[in-house]
Amino acid sequence: MARQTTEIRYLTPLSVDVKKKKYCRFKKNGIKYIDYKDPEFLRKFLNEQGKILPRRITGTSLKFQRRIAQAVKRARHIALLPYVVDLMK
Amino acid sequence: MNNYETVFILTPVLSDAQMKEAVEKFKTLLKDQGAKIVNEEDWGLRKLAYPIEKKTTGFYTFLEFEAGPTAINKLEVNFRRDERVIRFLTVKQDKFALEYAEKRRNGKGGKKQDVRDSAGNGAKTPGKEKTDVELKEKEK
Repeated sequence: MARQTTEIRYLTPLSVDVKKKKYCRFKKNGIKYIDYKDPEFLRKFLNEQGKILPRRITGTSLKFQRRIAQAVKRARHIALLPYVVDLMK
Repeated sequence: MNNYETVFILTPVLSDAQMKEAVEKFKTLLKDQGAKIVNEEDWGLRKLAYPIEKKTTGFYTFLEFEAGPTAINKLEVNFRRDERVIRFLTVKQDKFALEYAEKRRNGKGGKKQDVRDSAGNGAKTPGKEKTDVELKEKEK
C-alpha cells in the first residue's frame, strides 16, 4: 500500500509536465473551409454516438467550432452523417 | 448573381434512365431561370446514414451553379413538389467555399491519385518494417 501511494505521488506531476498543448488544426494547417460533403473528415469531430465533440477535447478554435457545427448539421440533413446512432464504425 | 451548390437525393426505386431524366429536368429548370451550371457530379447510389421515407439508399446528385436568388425559390418549390426527390440541400457559396469548390473541381483527378499514392506508401511502409524485422532476426 505504502509503495503504491508513493508511486502515484511520483507519477502525477510527471504527466502534468508532459501534457501536450492543444491547438486548432484548422489554424495550424490553414484550412479555411470545412466541407459538409466529406463525412469521413467530419467524423473526427464526433463521438461514437454521433454527437459533436466539445472544443475542450478537440482544441478547435471558436471560429472553426462554429463552422464544424454548421457542416455537421448540413451533412446530417443530407444523410451523410447520422443524427442518432449507438455505435459508429 | 450568386454562386450556389445543391445536393439532392432521389429515390432508389428509379431506373438509371429515370434518374438521369429527373436530374436533367432540374438542370433545364435552372437554365430556364437564367442560371449557369458550373459543375455537376453524380455520386451514384449511396447508402443513407439513416432511413428516409423507409428507404436506406438513394441517388445523390451534386450541382454547382450561378443564379439569381429567385431561381433558388423556384428550384426548391420544384424539389418539394417532385415525389422522386427525398431530400435536398441548397447552400450559397461564400468566398471560402468558392475557393474550395474551385480546388475540388480542378483537383478531382489529382485528389484521387493522391489517395492512391498515400495508400501505396502505406502498403510500402509495413513491407519495410517487415524487412527490418527479418534483418533483426537474421542478426540474432
